Amino acid sequence: MSKITQGQKEYLQLVNSLKPKPPYLKNIIMAFLVGGLICLLGQFILNFYVSIGLDIEKEAPSATSATLVFLGSFLTGLGVYDQIGKRAGAGSIVPITGFANSIVAPAMEFKSEGYVFGVAAKMFVVAGPVLVYGITTSALIGLIYYFLKL
Amino acid sequence: MLDYVMAFLVGGLICALGQILMDFTPLNPAHVLVIFVTLGAILSGLGLYQPLVDLAGAGATVPLPGFGHTLVKGVIEEVNKSGALGILTGGLKSAAAGITAAIVFGYIMSLIFNPKPK
Repeated sequence: MSKITQGQKEYLQLVNSLKPKPPYLKNIIMAFLVGGLICLLGQFILNFYVSIGLDIEKEAPSATSATLVFLGSFLTGLGVYDQIGKRAGAGSIVPITGFANSIVAPAMEFKSEGYVFGVAAKMFVVAGPVLVYGITTSALIGLIYYFLKL
Repeated sequence: MLDYVMAFLVGGLICALGQILMDFTPLNPAHVLVIFVTLGAILSGLGLYQPLVDLAGAGATVPLPGFGHTLVKGVIEEVNKSGALGILTGGLKSAAAGITAAIVFGYIMSLIFNPKPK
């Protein structure tokens, strides 16, 4: 590393100054708008399930999650979700529809490798880590809670 | 009407935070999802996430931290109901609909559709 000549240093500085910077503000605004709209849709679905008599504590949120997961995976299959994702970034990744997208997109991509190691295994490339860390953290918190309660 | 406004604002802000993590740190989308689900679980354990759900409804439950919250809420409920076993059963019990939907719908959609040429 110490062998970099003056010329190389200048070249690196030039490269770094010319490298396109992500349009930070635009990205954040798009993420906010699209993420907000997906949650707005979620609220609409939630209110609908409450209005047909599901209880607001458990049943309606569960049904809402399942509905959004269906929409997310269906739109990913149609190729629409990835078009949204190109502009929305985290706005389409962070909601639960993005979780569904992270399952379907790699599963479709690796179908040629078969239905076990292709589709079924690749479904969990991103969803697997999410489940591992989510479930492990929740069990640890449960353990702490259990001992604090004694 | 207010519930729609709050869902939009809070859900949007959580996603904007995710975008900031992706643009200003070397974290990729998978990292952000893992961090958010873990963060949601921890905040829920500290009793800080439920107030956000009460305030923003789907704005707090639809983004991935809400998934962590659902897991922890279920664990605590089951520990209260059936003791230590609840540590192992509560989380998946309360998140069952989302997880099963993700696996079943995800699998079916992957079978039906093929990736679009880029």
